[in-house]
Amino acid sequence: MSTMIDSQPVVRLQGVDKTFQRGNQPETVALEDISLEIRRGEFVSLIGPSGCGKSTLLRIIGDLVPPTRGDVIVNGKPAARARQDRDYGMVFQAPVLFDWRTVEDNVKLPLEVQGVDRVRRTGRAREMLELVELQEFLRHYPYQLSGGMQQRVAIARALAGEPAILLMDEPFGALDEMTRERMNSEVLRIWEQTGTTIVFVTHSIPEAVFLSSRVVVMSARPGRIRKVIDVDLARPRNEDTRETRRYFELVTEVREALRARRGDPTGQAIEDELAISAERTLAEGSIG
Amino acid sequence: MTTATAARGPVAQAGSQAVAGRRRRGIAKAIAIAIGVIVVWEGLKFVGGTPWRAPGALPGSPIIWRPPFYWPFANDVALPHVWNIALTFGQPFQRGADESVAQYLLTSALYTWREAAIGFVVGALLGLLLATVFVHSRLLERALVPYVIASQTVPILALAPMIVIAFGPGILSVATVATYLTFFPVTIAMIRGLRSFDPRAMELMRSYAASRMEIYRKLRFPASLPYLFTALKISATASVVGALIGEDAGQVQAGLGRVITTFNQYYTSSPERLWCAIIAAALLGVAFFLVVRGVELYTLRGRPGAAEG
Repeated sequence: MSTMIDSQPVVRLQGVDKTFQRGNQPETVALEDISLEIRRGEFVSLIGPSGCGKSTLLRIIGDLVPPTRGDVIVNGKPAARARQDRDYGMVFQAPVLFDWRTVEDNVKLPLEVQGVDRVRRTGRAREMLELVELQEFLRHYPYQLSGGMQQRVAIARALAGEPAILLMDEPFGALDEMTRERMNSEVLRIWEQTGTTIVFVTHSIPEAVFLSSRVVVMSARPGRIRKVIDVDLARPRNEDTRETRRYFELVTEVREALRARRGDPTGQAIEDELAISAERTLAEGSIG
Repeated sequence: MTTATAARGPVAQAGSQAVAGRRRRGIAKAIAIAIGVIVVWEGLKFVGGTPWRAPGALPGSPIIWRPPFYWPFANDVALPHVWNIALTFGQPFQRGADESVAQYLLTSALYTWREAAIGFVVGALLGLLLATVFVHSRLLERALVPYVIASQTVPILALAPMIVIAFGPGILSVATVATYLTFFPVTIAMIRGLRSFDPRAMELMRSYAASRMEIYRKLRFPASLPYLFTALKISATASVVGALIGEDAGQVQAGLGRVITTFNQYYTSSPERLWCAIIAAALLGVAFFLVVRGVELYTLRGRPGAAEG
């Protein structure tokens, strides 16, 4: 699918800082000096321990959180402009479906806001539900679906508005391992079919390697980009990919990048943090 | 996925059967309670009431039971026999009238319901408007909500005559009193309700660059509906109370409030008629409540837990 990747950047971050100030507590530096370019059609994962600001970074790209300093250029324009132009699709860790709307009407939501006419809304919604293989469930209500199915509806909704860039914030973090691996294959298939640029926040190393064209490894306090790793696994990728030697090498490379911290040569602290962050996510269990 | 569909059918069916079962049990319980009240009522009269005569019999007809005690609160004026109240529904509402008490009460109740319904609709819209303003402006919320609360500490009995002086006797004043009692629950509930959305849903709407109006129509308002219906159920009964009080103060010559006042004047000679009017007023409140509940069930269908409220 390398033909889809041309050289024009969809996202350009330059010297982005983010500090939070709460009350009269000392300010915390969430992100420091982040510079990153994401090309059209790329699949980029942001990975790092909890508190590294990866979700904040995703929200800065999506103009949901303003940066304290630095430039965010999306599709050649400021992020605020890109949001006004409806260039974004968002998928959260929880599906965030509207429980008073049927599956089909949930997928239509962004189209209604965009003012797409009724006929095209229906057509587009059905097309998206076919893409995530839920066309039989269009009249169901969200609570009638499993967590994985709800998340697929959320992906269909995010793609319905034909966004230039899809922002996914630990979308499978609350799913069990089996469902998660199935969803990984699913999202790869969708990415290959649609050619959408995807920025994907995760704390799972195997997931990041399996999906991405590039993995951005971040460190915490302050959040910085430590290393950007090109994932040169052949495409299309499938379950066999997870058993190749190159895959293991890349997983190891990402793990070592996460570990490489001053004063912690074994990297145990990072491993622990990743494990804790994963456990917390599962415990929160926001996907029903 | 096909297994999921196959599995869902019976589950949903079992769910609706459970709801129907709960509803049947609810009705059965209500009937059991009514029977219990009648048993206690007549039990008190059996032990300490006025000497019993045959149902509907005139004073002076033969006595069929002499209670061993005499308790003033259980005599035939304070606590008429249940069967005599029931029989009164079929009697003419005044001497020589063609209309029975039941017909008269039904006509009066419909009249009162119209006033209450006007007050209910206006009050609900006013409450919705106020809450909408408040959730969009912290400043106005802080400035005005104390007055909204204070408005409800003023007794409506004191306020009703002033409303009548302002708007003149008639249905307008009655509806205004009903409005006054209706808007408050809606305002308070909707200040919560319009903020009850999932914060990530707001992020989602913002990522679509949705306008305030679209956010209101597609997120805030639909998310608030369970709160709205809870308030509307309170308001439905409150609007009936408001209309009953308003009719008296507003010197309206029809309606249940007027009937209650009139029957009250003749209480010692015919206590059963006032009890009939009280039952009619209670049934009117319950009927209005059930109408709102029905609309709620229809509107919130498909939401988890909608059948519980």
